[in-house]
Amino acid sequence: MDVQLSVLKYNPETDKEPHFEDFTVEADPMERLLDCLHKIKWQHDSGLALRRSCAHGICGSDAMVINGVNMLACKVLVKDLKQPIRVEPIRGLPVLRDLIVDMEPFFAGYLAVKPWLITDDRQHDPERERIQSPEERERFDDTTKCILCAACTTSCPIFWADKEYVGPAAIVNAHRFIFDSRDDGGAERLEILSSRSGVFKCRTAFNCTAACPRGIKVTQAIQEVKRAALFDSL
Amino acid sequence: MAHIHHYDAVIVGAGGAGLMAALESGKRVRTAVVSKLYPTRSHTGAAQGGMCAALANVEDDSWEWHAFDTVKGSDFLADQDAVDVMCKEAVDSVLQLERMGLPFNRTPEGKIDQRRFGGHTRNHGEAPVKRACYAADRTGHMILQTLYQQCNKFGVEFYNEFFVLDLIMGDDVCSGIIAYEIATGELHVFHAKSVLFATGGYGKMFKITSNAHTLTGDGPGVVYRKGLPLEDMEFFQFHPTGLYRLGILLSEAARGEGAILRNADGERFMERYAPTIKDLAPRDMVSRAEFFEIKEGRGAGPDKDYILLDLTDVDPEVVETKLPDITEFARTYLGVDPLKEGVPIVPTAHYAMGGIPTNVDAEVLRDHTGAIVPGFYAAGECACVSVHGANRLGTNSLLDIVVFGRRGGVAMAEYASTNPLPDIPDDVHVHTEEWLRSLTEGESEESPHEIHTILQDEMMDKASVLRTEESLLDVLETIGKLRERYGRARVKDRSKVFNTELVEHIELGYLIDMAEALVVSARARTESRGGHYREDHQLREDDHWLKHSFISKAATGETVLNYKDVTLGRYEPVERKY
Repeated sequence: MDVQLSVLKYNPETDKEPHFEDFTVEADPMERLLDCLHKIKWQHDSGLALRRSCAHGICGSDAMVINGVNMLACKVLVKDLKQPIRVEPIRGLPVLRDLIVDMEPFFAGYLAVKPWLITDDRQHDPERERIQSPEERERFDDTTKCILCAACTTSCPIFWADKEYVGPAAIVNAHRFIFDSRDDGGAERLEILSSRSGVFKCRTAFNCTAACPRGIKVTQAIQEVKRAALFDSL
Repeated sequence: MAHIHHYDAVIVGAGGAGLMAALESGKRVRTAVVSKLYPTRSHTGAAQGGMCAALANVEDDSWEWHAFDTVKGSDFLADQDAVDVMCKEAVDSVLQLERMGLPFNRTPEGKIDQRRFGGHTRNHGEAPVKRACYAADRTGHMILQTLYQQCNKFGVEFYNEFFVLDLIMGDDVCSGIIAYEIATGELHVFHAKSVLFATGGYGKMFKITSNAHTLTGDGPGVVYRKGLPLEDMEFFQFHPTGLYRLGILLSEAARGEGAILRNADGERFMERYAPTIKDLAPRDMVSRAEFFEIKEGRGAGPDKDYILLDLTDVDPEVVETKLPDITEFARTYLGVDPLKEGVPIVPTAHYAMGGIPTNVDAEVLRDHTGAIVPGFYAAGECACVSVHGANRLGTNSLLDIVVFGRRGGVAMAEYASTNPLPDIPDDVHVHTEEWLRSLTEGESEESPHEIHTILQDEMMDKASVLRTEESLLDVLETIGKLRERYGRARVKDRSKVFNTELVEHIELGYLIDMAEALVVSARARTESRGGHYREDHQLREDDHWLKHSFISKAATGETVLNYKDVTLGRYEPVERKY
């Protein structure tokens, strides 16, 4: 079938402003939007710039605004999209070219919450693993799924307006450690997240939860972190 | 014009092997990681099922049994000294990852849980054993995330979205790399005492593959163009359960949890091919069995061209909790609910056993005599130690990247701290600069996309699971023609900023080189062993072929093959039955 797309393009070397360009490609309804973008690139417009790698929703490279909603281009099928399909770069981060944005501010927010296990190794026997019950492990399972695609953070109206806000993805990754029974850095992280740029900026718009391609209950995780920060209920 | 950087150690690639090496090297000497992708985009993140280690948390086990399975799985082509190193260090590697915070699934007592996986057995083949440590069906994702977290904790320096174009070699000593900054189109010279390649595989030469678009053999491609050898290139693994038409992987963990492969008649055909461990036979055997079933008219579907992976008898709770991702893949991409019906699958190009030859310290070998290239290291899928021989066992790739990434990181740092920075000429980048200019000058009607599609179709038809002299000769001629066409093709986009057409163009060149090395090596090996199956030479022939192939390219463009004996050990080659 013919698939019509309208793609927001911008080349800083030749364009003053981003502008939509229309394309028609031949595709099967079961093909991914990413396949259609490849057809544009390989058959019509070789310069079209986008990031992608695994093409099955695991690497997190190809988050885009697709018909107004944040999704991974490799995880949505043509049959499920109204045409013409509007494709734009994710919002709130500077556009570098076409569908590629500057990810550095996003990763800066992630790093701000110290997303690594904080623990005193000397307390543990190096000859064996630390014990963690299946229930303790389950407590933070949901937030271990994050692939850092930025779909949640760049769907958040607070993040668009306030560049200091660390954003949902950073809080998800903080949650992953705060609720890990092996981690001793909870207080440190909660102090960071209680600051001006932290978790209380969230106004529970739920955009992030809708945007997450991994089905993480992002807003719930943020609420749990808020609660922990307020009541220190770890 | 090029930017110049000076480091003790430079690592190319930020998947599991690269990050593991960076952690070890970064603790000891000044280290940089240069990666084509943001680290968390690396394909280690797509690995699902697990990482084997004889922890014996659930069932009796020992590292020797693991080593035996690995050697037998390799069809006796793995070097047994290297396998011993890997299987012995597996236990510490899993514990190290746990200490870094990796969220393994747990047993009721809170220990790391383990499950069954293809080819892993108790006491030398008696029965399947629970050896794979796992985090749901996203073990690779958790390894990648955990290592990236640790690298950030220890302040490893990253150069993200930098594409490797050349290795700097002076007086036969490695002294750095040249890379292209994708965001700006500028060249960077990384002048270093030691370099480690961890660039991953090259499955994108095949039409149906589980590999990411970016897996194009960049590291081995650079090495091959330097006239250095590649080892065992004929051995490429086809995973038995790729989603029909798409190749997206459904983990072997599905069969570990009880899923069954069925043909069009509903028959559990693996009972005929591997009576003892059936659906959990090694991947080469299962993929071949699937090809035979389809070839003999027992394929499922309207075109009788796929096999069904049947999970309907597995406890739905196990499917949803231990295999959530692959269940979602089937639902999203094929519209099939694994809880209710069989999932259409086919063998999918998955893993390169061959690659840049190294020893157990990840030092790159200069030739088949075992001499090394000082300062140059490789680890992970782009390397060949060889621990996987002619067929890798499931989970052993995650183990490989952790064990040999770590050993490589330690070795490169030790080398860098005891050797001076070699001199390099000021104009070291000029050759690369001219090459890039030649790709973006003039016009051409040649379509790189068409060249890539023909390469993938032909490699799939003629050099995948089943091969013959005729099919290989045929595809070799095609590769020659494609190489000529590729030489005439030009990059149309002349922008400096994110010229991804230029990146793809260069990647295609690496793939053509990798395909050539694979096919030439496969044509020469007139036997069947592991992932290399010749319909015209169906038996394994240890008298002639118990040896590793080393292919290199002379300056004249001729390919040259040499061979190196396999290192044997406790296990004498015997017929491989399961």
